[in-house]
Amino acid sequence: MVLTNRDVARRLVWVVLFTSMAAPLIWLVFLAYTNQLGADPAKALVDELGQWAIRFLILTLCASTFSRRLNVRVLMQHRRMVGLFALFYALLHLLAVSTFILGWRVDLLIRELTDRPYIMLGMVGLLLLIPLGITSTKGWQKKLGRRWSTLHKLIYPASLLVLMHLVLLIRASILEAVVYAFLISLLLIERLFRKENLKKRVN
Amino acid sequence: MLIGKPSNILSSEITPESVYLSRRSLLKGLGLVAGAASLPAYALTQPKGTDLPLYPGPDWLRPKLDSAKTTWSVDEELTPYDSVITYNNFYEFGLNKEDPYERAQGFNTDPWQVEILGEVERPGIYNLEDLLAKVDIEERIYRFRCVEAWSMVIPWLGFSLASLIKLLNPTSNAKYVEFVTLEDPEQMPGQRSLFSTIDWPYREGLRMDEAMHPLTMLAVGVYGQAMPPQNGAPLRLVVPWKYGFKSIKSIVQIRFRESMPQNTWRLTASQEYGFYANVNPNVDHPRWSQATERRLPSSLFNPRIIETQMFNGYEEVAPLYAGMDLSKWY
Repeated sequence: MVLTNRDVARRLVWVVLFTSMAAPLIWLVFLAYTNQLGADPAKALVDELGQWAIRFLILTLCASTFSRRLNVRVLMQHRRMVGLFALFYALLHLLAVSTFILGWRVDLLIRELTDRPYIMLGMVGLLLLIPLGITSTKGWQKKLGRRWSTLHKLIYPASLLVLMHLVLLIRASILEAVVYAFLISLLLIERLFRKENLKKRVN
Repeated sequence: MLIGKPSNILSSEITPESVYLSRRSLLKGLGLVAGAASLPAYALTQPKGTDLPLYPGPDWLRPKLDSAKTTWSVDEELTPYDSVITYNNFYEFGLNKEDPYERAQGFNTDPWQVEILGEVERPGIYNLEDLLAKVDIEERIYRFRCVEAWSMVIPWLGFSLASLIKLLNPTSNAKYVEFVTLEDPEQMPGQRSLFSTIDWPYREGLRMDEAMHPLTMLAVGVYGQAMPPQNGAPLRLVVPWKYGFKSIKSIVQIRFRESMPQNTWRLTASQEYGFYANVNPNVDHPRWSQATERRLPSSLFNPRIIETQMFNGYEEVAPLYAGMDLSKWY
């Protein structure tokens, strides 16, 4: 197999992206292992994993916007991996809540799921992302054809649910929520102004 | 457990202090008590094996702290010093639990003045040193339950609020006591935040009978130390049967009032935080359960989830709320 310069560059970008998206997890594991997560490591870990899930979700939404509007294609070329990292961190976030905060106490787990609106919203958001992760392979993409991109529009409601999940957690500062809400709205609004969507609306 | 009770040791058996001290200096001279020499002679709870700063406090306060006796305790493991002084909410210094420790070390709390006003015989601005001259400091080991469902066991140093109130002599119109925290954005970075939903200064209040309850204390120290700045130096409230946010820090004003005062968290989100804020496992916070708590420090695979007790286990306060619907007066 002959590797062109372009292939090498692409692989290099893949390695850099993969490493930098895995880095937060490695860092968190290191902090946990060395007891540097503070007096309530469970809470710190859960918060961090959740935040990284949202950040990578936003990065996934950036991919097509950057490609179309700024002609920056690097994220688009690796969009699947970015999206899978978002799902991966979201699943770790749920796993951390269940293990480290609820200690797998089923009664608490059920109560949290049924009584807490913010948990329900986050949970539904995560559930919406799971089929997207499963069908992210080339095989599924071919199999589903046109329906694939329709299915993957689920990322929009998922982002909004995740955003609500975060907003409902606000205690005294709206800074984080404002930043995430701004970015998500910007990225969703950008989609409304895409040529094909504008055309559809005219027709 | 009451440590302050008289002992059974005959007075003839007790080594006079002068002899004891001279023995110590002799041993010291021989280099035999290298480590022990730095240990104080009193029985207060002290931090163990810490690399973190200690807080000896101002010279005028030190002897008062050193002569304190333990008057209240619970039969539960103490939360280590390092957790107590590095993990807490003090939004004046930031929103994260580590922010107070990281940002408050330069907070200047001596000298300190407290303004007493309202329905009271002796209003005025008092130096903290003068206020404390009239009270004895005790060590009290209390459970501390945060509304966020984590808890600690903390050896506070302070005195009952009732003893101060008696000295100040409130009028018969005084039905409530209101407390206000320092507002000083120069020293308190959290008060400069543009995204904060809190209307500074932080304020809290108690009903007069709650304020007079013997469990209610004003704390000036913790773990044998003066109060660290991040924990609300130099003077903070501790009400062990209420959620932690009632225990207002760095108090500059105490006002006796006829009407119920506002309190910061009720002003910020009244559907979530009330005036009473009694620890109550049966009344959930709208966003999370209050039935259990995580006793800190927790570790990842041992989250130490324990059942939350009514009034945080201080059942003796129940008569204060006889006949009240505590799900309405949360």
